[in-house]
Amino acid sequence: MTEETWVAIAFWVLAAGLVASALAVVLLPRILHSALALVLAFVFVAGLYVILSAEFIAAVQVIVYVGAVTVLVLFAIMMTESSQVRGSNAPNRQAWLVAVVAAGLLALIVAVLSSATWNAGTRMPDTLAGTDIVAAIGRLMLSEFFVPFEVAAVLLLLAMIGAIVIARPD
Amino acid sequence: MTVTLDHYLFLSAAVFAIGLFGALSRRGLVAVLLSIELMLNAVNITFVAFSRYLDVPGSDQVATAGQLSGQVFALFVIAVAAAEAAVALAIILAVYRTRRTTNIEDVNTMKW
Repeated sequence: MTEETWVAIAFWVLAAGLVASALAVVLLPRILHSALALVLAFVFVAGLYVILSAEFIAAVQVIVYVGAVTVLVLFAIMMTESSQVRGSNAPNRQAWLVAVVAAGLLALIVAVLSSATWNAGTRMPDTLAGTDIVAAIGRLMLSEFFVPFEVAAVLLLLAMIGAIVIARPD
Repeated sequence: MTVTLDHYLFLSAAVFAIGLFGALSRRGLVAVLLSIELMLNAVNITFVAFSRYLDVPGSDQVATAGQLSGQVFALFVIAVAAAEAAVALAIILAVYRTRRTTNIEDVNTMKW
């Protein structure tokens, strides 16, 4: 089989897994199970980044989301709710209305995407072949995206201080 | 059976819609946060997919900068999402400490 076929197989497996675990996040009755399904969804997204040849983003995804964010969420669940209780992730009264709204949004996006034409081919261009992507991203962050990079640094510092201040007992 | 840009965009739209459904229909504060993380991931998929498929004309250097912008944006989204998760979880802990609940319908002091 050609490389293209393998990429297609990998895409469909990852896509099916991602949609299934995303549905599990919003539908499972126990909040702890939702959090664990979210870990699975993050891993599938990292797999998608790999077949999009964005290995660095995939690594960051695994470290930040699968590692850090998940641990934060699990701590929050353990410290607040009786997470094993059935119905700790119950839907509210508007669930059916919300389902209609979400389906409508999906239909709208699909309709717009179907009629859109992009400055992009149906195949992946080979312009990235041979370039050191990590080094190129680093250069971009310190040249073209220098201001957003610094703002992000300040934002992370503020978020850290803010989280400590908000969560601290009086 | 080639995987095209549209495949990624449709997948991302599906995950975004699922996340929207979760964010609006769950009762727990943590569950809403999880759904928002799903939506942010869906957006990141589009960023990286566009950066991979976009055909930037010009020299190799320009092509690299143009093509990698999407990946850099995905990194910024991940950074903002991490900050958002930390602050949101601190707020959830503070709410739980004062009100002994994380049910969104019981947190209505500021509701008109």
